[in-house]
Amino acid sequence: MSRRARLLVFGLGAAGLAVMFAFAVAGMPPFGTSEHLYRDLAVPAALQHRTANVVSSVNFDQRALDTLGEEVILLSSVIGTAALLRPTRGEVRRPTTRGGHVSDSTTLVSYLLLPVTVLIGLDVVAHGHLTPGGGFQGGVVLATAVHLLYLAGRYESLERLRPLTWYVWTEGLSAASFAVIGLVGLAQGSGFLANVAPLGSFQSLLSAGTVPILNVVTGAAVAGGGVVLLAQFFGQAIGTTRPPTRRSTS
Amino acid sequence: MRIFAYAVAGWLVLVGAMGILRSRNLIQATVSLSVAQSGTYVLLLAVGYQWEGAAPVFSPGSTPTSDVVDPVVQAMALTDIVVSATVTALLLALTIQIEKTHHTVDPDKLQQLKG
Repeated sequence: MSRRARLLVFGLGAAGLAVMFAFAVAGMPPFGTSEHLYRDLAVPAALQHRTANVVSSVNFDQRALDTLGEEVILLSSVIGTAALLRPTRGEVRRPTTRGGHVSDSTTLVSYLLLPVTVLIGLDVVAHGHLTPGGGFQGGVVLATAVHLLYLAGRYESLERLRPLTWYVWTEGLSAASFAVIGLVGLAQGSGFLANVAPLGSFQSLLSAGTVPILNVVTGAAVAGGGVVLLAQFFGQAIGTTRPPTRRSTS
Repeated sequence: MRIFAYAVAGWLVLVGAMGILRSRNLIQATVSLSVAQSGTYVLLLAVGYQWEGAAPVFSPGSTPTSDVVDPVVQAMALTDIVVSATVTALLLALTIQIEKTHHTVDPDKLQQLKG
């Protein structure tokens, strides 16, 4: 199909979608009103389980099964990426050399920010049930922190600080422990991923039952997954050489 | 104002789809997909919005109220973002593989089957 024909087909489809979307919006409750049925159910349910962050309560208590599915999506994507990006025929791992120029200020800022970023990541994970944040957000911050070493211009020190197998095991084991915590609820007779841990007192660090535990587990899984994922791309870009290829002319 | 947030959401989805359609580079197509997906975040947050509503997070020191924006759609937006990130990673990995085997990332040049 020519590009012009494709554009035409898209134009028709997009116009149809736009019209239907406009009708759907016109039939929706007005924007910004105080009428939110799910909110009216979710907030009391969160308060009942003494969870200050209602979003965390929805993610790790009321809809924890969905979050387990999300963890599995994350795990499968890491596995998929690792499978796709493994060195193929003719590719060899090459020793990394120091190349390129990194300004001293970048190096300095990266080294200074590394401990700060790790601390922020841990804080975001640990207080996920009290303040905005949680396992997913904190895990991404933690995975980012490790890669500040790369920004500092030292891929070797990144590789040294990042024994990849540890992160692989972290990712797998924490995803598995999410399911195990769910099974504890089942064993106690309350149901899979039910909030069975002691609830503690509202708005304190030890509250919300299983929510902070699942937050920590998720944080570990996301941090491990993020590092493993990025390592595959780094391995392709920096750590391998390709055999000289014939450019196909067809 | 009532329509504005929904219009932005619809526009983002369409403009992202348009980007995929017109792309001559698979990396650009992947980024366009992320743009289209961000339309769904705007839609979700617009559905749950309430004028003068507080954040659905009762941090220590604040008193719980029921006048908050909808936490359920916020949790869904979070799920959405995680899925979007993993899909982006997989698509970029596929792009690397396609570049290796076909020596091009232009989707229009990827029409012949290769055994």
